[in-house]
Amino acid sequence: MLEYTLKRIAYTIPIGLAVSLVCFMLVHISPGDPIDSIVPPDTPTEVIEQIRAEYGLDRPLPVQYGLWLSRALQGDFGESISKGRPIGPDLWVATKNSLMLAAFGATLGFVIGCVLGGAAGAFRDSWIDKLCLGIALFGVSVPHYWLGMVLVIIFSVQLNLLPSMGMGPTGPWAWDWDHLRFLVLPAVTLSLIPAGLVTRTVRGLVSDIMGQDYITTLRGKGLRTSGIVLHVIKNAAPTTLAVMGLQLASLLGGSILVEAVFAWPGTGMLLNNAIFQRDLPVLQATTLVLAFFFVFLNLIVDLAQTALDPRMRRT
Amino acid sequence: MNMASPATAASPTPLVRARDLCVSFATPRATVNAVNGVNLDLAQGESLCILGESGSGKSVTLRALMRLNPPKRTVVTGELNVANQDVMQMTQAQLSQYRGPVVSMIFQEPLSALDPVFTIGHQIAEAIVRHEGISRKAARARALSLLELVQIPSAARRLGAYPHELSGGLRQRAMIAMALSCNPRLLLADEPTTALDATVQIQILLLLRKLQRELGMGVIFVTHDIGVASEVADRVAVMYGGRVVEEAPVEILIRSPRHPYTSGLLGATVHAGTRGTRLTTIPGAPPDLAELPAGCAFAPRCTRAEPGCHKAVPPLLEVTAGHHVRCPVVCPARIQAPINV
Amino acid sequence: MIERMPDRGGPQQPLLIARGLTKHFPLSKSLMRRREVVQAVDNIDFSVMKGETLGIVGESGCGKSTASRLIMQLIEPTSGEVIFDGESIGRSGLSLKKYRRQVQMVFQDSYSSLNPRLTIEESISYAPMVHGVPKSKAISRTHELLEAVGLAPSQYARRYPHELSGGQRQRINIARALALHPRLIVLDEPVSALDKSVEAQVLNLLIDLKKQFDLTYIFISHDLNVVEHVADRVLVMYLGKIAEIGPVDSLFSDPAHPYTQALLDSRPSMDPSRRRTEPPLFGDPPNPINPPSGCRFRTRCRKAWGLCAEQPPPFHQIKPNHSASCHAVALEAERVSE
Ligand SMILES: Nc1ncnc2c1ncn2[C@@H]1O[C@H](COP(=O)(O)OP(=O)(O)OP(=O)(O)O)[C@@H](O)[C@H]1O
Ligand SMILES: Nc1ncnc2c1ncn2[C@@H]1O[C@H](COP(=O)(O)OP(=O)(O)O)[C@@H](O)[C@H]1O
Ligand code: SF4
Ligand code: SF4
Ligand SMILES: [Mg+2]
Ligand SMILES: [Mg+2]
Repeated sequence: MLEYTLKRIAYTIPIGLAVSLVCFMLVHISPGDPIDSIVPPDTPTEVIEQIRAEYGLDRPLPVQYGLWLSRALQGDFGESISKGRPIGPDLWVATKNSLMLAAFGATLGFVIGCVLGGAAGAFRDSWIDKLCLGIALFGVSVPHYWLGMVLVIIFSVQLNLLPSMGMGPTGPWAWDWDHLRFLVLPAVTLSLIPAGLVTRTVRGLVSDIMGQDYITTLRGKGLRTSGIVLHVIKNAAPTTLAVMGLQLASLLGGSILVEAVFAWPGTGMLLNNAIFQRDLPVLQATTLVLAFFFVFLNLIVDLAQTALDPRMRRT
Repeated sequence: MNMASPATAASPTPLVRARDLCVSFATPRATVNAVNGVNLDLAQGESLCILGESGSGKSVTLRALMRLNPPKRTVVTGELNVANQDVMQMTQAQLSQYRGPVVSMIFQEPLSALDPVFTIGHQIAEAIVRHEGISRKAARARALSLLELVQIPSAARRLGAYPHELSGGLRQRAMIAMALSCNPRLLLADEPTTALDATVQIQILLLLRKLQRELGMGVIFVTHDIGVASEVADRVAVMYGGRVVEEAPVEILIRSPRHPYTSGLLGATVHAGTRGTRLTTIPGAPPDLAELPAGCAFAPRCTRAEPGCHKAVPPLLEVTAGHHVRCPVVCPARIQAPINV
Repeated sequence: MIERMPDRGGPQQPLLIARGLTKHFPLSKSLMRRREVVQAVDNIDFSVMKGETLGIVGESGCGKSTASRLIMQLIEPTSGEVIFDGESIGRSGLSLKKYRRQVQMVFQDSYSSLNPRLTIEESISYAPMVHGVPKSKAISRTHELLEAVGLAPSQYARRYPHELSGGQRQRINIARALALHPRLIVLDEPVSALDKSVEAQVLNLLIDLKKQFDLTYIFISHDLNVVEHVADRVLVMYLGKIAEIGPVDSLFSDPAHPYTQALLDSRPSMDPSRRRTEPPLFGDPPNPINPPSGCRFRTRCRKAWGLCAEQPPPFHQIKPNHSASCHAVALEAERVSE
């Protein structure tokens, strides 16, 4: 297991490098000179050249990449073109916010998915199964920004129970209801897709496991339902966690629309603004951070799966 | 109506007494009548082999003795008494008390019958904890002594092994240890050696024979191999189309089978000495259990069939003490009165 | 119409010779350890005479199927070669296409070796049509073959594999193997998945077809009784090596290798009054990844002594055509000759 862990970690290094290279190239393959988006159109050439040298844009590409990456790894992502201040602190806050939202959304989705999927799988082909599957289908097919707006209309506008915008009172985030209530609607909206996907996965797994010979053996040993459930969970866990990990990762990056609907100041918002303002450095930095998260989550999922399933363990 | 065999005659209450056991499955396409009126008697300490080809209802019969067939789709009727308990009337809670301490089962394919993500030790100990309420530690100690009982080398190390880490023979031994963990009075074994190599099969058969003798259990063995029956059985019941067509002490069944299906099966079995001879075969294929013929299920393949065979299911007749045959043609009715309907 | 390929070497030329055939499967590469291999088949030599049936027996994982796949050229050997009717196969000698026409295979799993979306007729006529036989001819040949394997074409030709029983499907596989007029058929556990009564039907059929079509068989099985019934010569494998090879009567009545003896003694007695009392062997076959040094059987052999761990035993001829790879056998023979 230790050997495998080290090996698996070693494998992520080239993947991480490849990902960073893609992010780096993003700026250089996009049409036009990146300088053009920084300076007014009528800037004299010598000023442009000076700026170019300042940004290191006159060096050969591999050198530029090396410099960029080493700075990025130290948290220095350069300056935002539109705001004219360092990207690092803004990106850090946004990432934290997004991570919080994604974690809540994914956990909620995971719990809902496990409950619905478990029930559907255990009572396969009954009305329970059909109901749970119906909910899951709704979850994956309804556009979630639309659902977000519907929730806003019901819970904020009509019932006036929950806030619809932002992260609550200005100042630092605190774990109290004044702040947490801002999390409810976006997290619920975000949980929809993972809930649907996890329901389907868990349903398939549970009904498959329930049909396995070893479940008959367990019944043959006289185990009660509670004892059998333990076996079902442990057998279903590796695959479920894998699906969940990937969902969490995609929530991190894929919540642009939901963050926009709820004005949640996360990476989605950041990306959104960067795209509209052609703020390439911000785009680049945000993409890099999200991609690294993706790679990292993949690593965790893989290791967790291996730890949970003895058959995958390589000595 | 009493089908007393010599072994059961000695003890007043047999360990197993099944009467007219029927099992059918409701499938989307049709109702599958897998078991159609099986009578079984087994004394404590006795060993019975159920012999038959695939689909003859052996496994379903065995599972019915534990009420292990999938509850939703299965209809079981008839009488079933095991160790003086009426199994047919048991609630789920009673069944979970019955499975393990009274009766337990060994399956054909130990790899799929053991949970891949739990260790052998855990799977043995959990049954002990469940039924005897002792601590996990004590249960693990018992599991260790069980692994030693089934002759697993370096047992302490195997306790922490996962099923896929063991060889086929060791896995089946672990399965046997698990089945013995709560000292059952009745052990059911569903083709326990079919998935094993010949050199391992004989080890497992001898082990089971030894354990049965030492622990005094009743054993019902399912097999499709008459050779296996010859090694472990006291009596053999031959199944065809969900019915017992012949039942006899093992020597008699091997030496002088009466039922046309049994003789056909033995004639078709390759063994030392068949070389150079042409094997006798049974023409055709086993019946579709969704559409059993009205009469003798073997009639479409039987060379001795008479018109009467197609009309009604023949009764089980006793030809000599303890030797029952479900075929009036080979044992005309005047020999013995029918013993069941 | 496809014709049977002519006999080149005459009756004395073995139809097939396996020379030093070896297959080592590499295991997943480990960074921190030396590369491990599964020695599935390790340097085996044997020949198959024209018209005979060579039985191959051994426990699971001993390399029977790997050997058959090597013979069929379905996998690349690590080393060694196959010589068919005096010609080696590959670049210089017999082309793979011509070889494959003359050698066919039947597998244990009758279902997965048939395409579920093709009718029986289409499955059997497929290969001849690929080899350029016109459709009508291929179909009529298919019907002859169905007839030959005992299935009425009118009833079965248009069915799909799932509409047949296991025994019937195995007949289809046999018919399909016959479609190109092969000279050698490799049968890998052809009856192991079948019921006893069906097994007997298929064995009878195989024996009949062999005569009718003048075939040579390599018959792989783990069931000694079946091999004794059909084979002329028997090859016993243990962990990728040949333990013993010889004519069926001699090998079954007078097994020389301790492993062969144990295999024979492991068969159930078929006589309740003379039951086995002691298992002839203990334990399972060891892992072919790290086979024991010297004689691979030594970890389970009662006769093993020091030499067995040090040197792989040589082949020793006991009788004409009958040899075993065992130090004890060699020693015994030396003692007798002195
Ligand atoms: N593609 C492969 N990669 C790695 N190992 C393999 C591969 N194919 C076979 N082996 C290994 O080679 C050994 C011999 O396998 P083979 O299938 O030839 O056995 P066999 O004698 O036919 O057994 P059985 O009776 O179970 O069919 C086994 O240990 C098997 O696990
Ligand atoms: N759960 C089930 N649902 C439907 N049919 C079943 C089920 N279990 C067994 N059967 C059918 O019952 C028949 C007898 O099966 P079985 O007892 O397993 O045969 P065997 O004698 O080979 O052990 C078969 O036709 C099988 O397909
Ligand atoms: S009852 Fe008739 S059909 Fe059935 S086995 Fe006897 S002779 Fe054959
Ligand atoms: S060489 Fe030695 S170990 Fe191998 S079979 Fe002969 S006596 Fe046994
Ligand atoms: Mg069965
Ligand atoms: Mg094989």
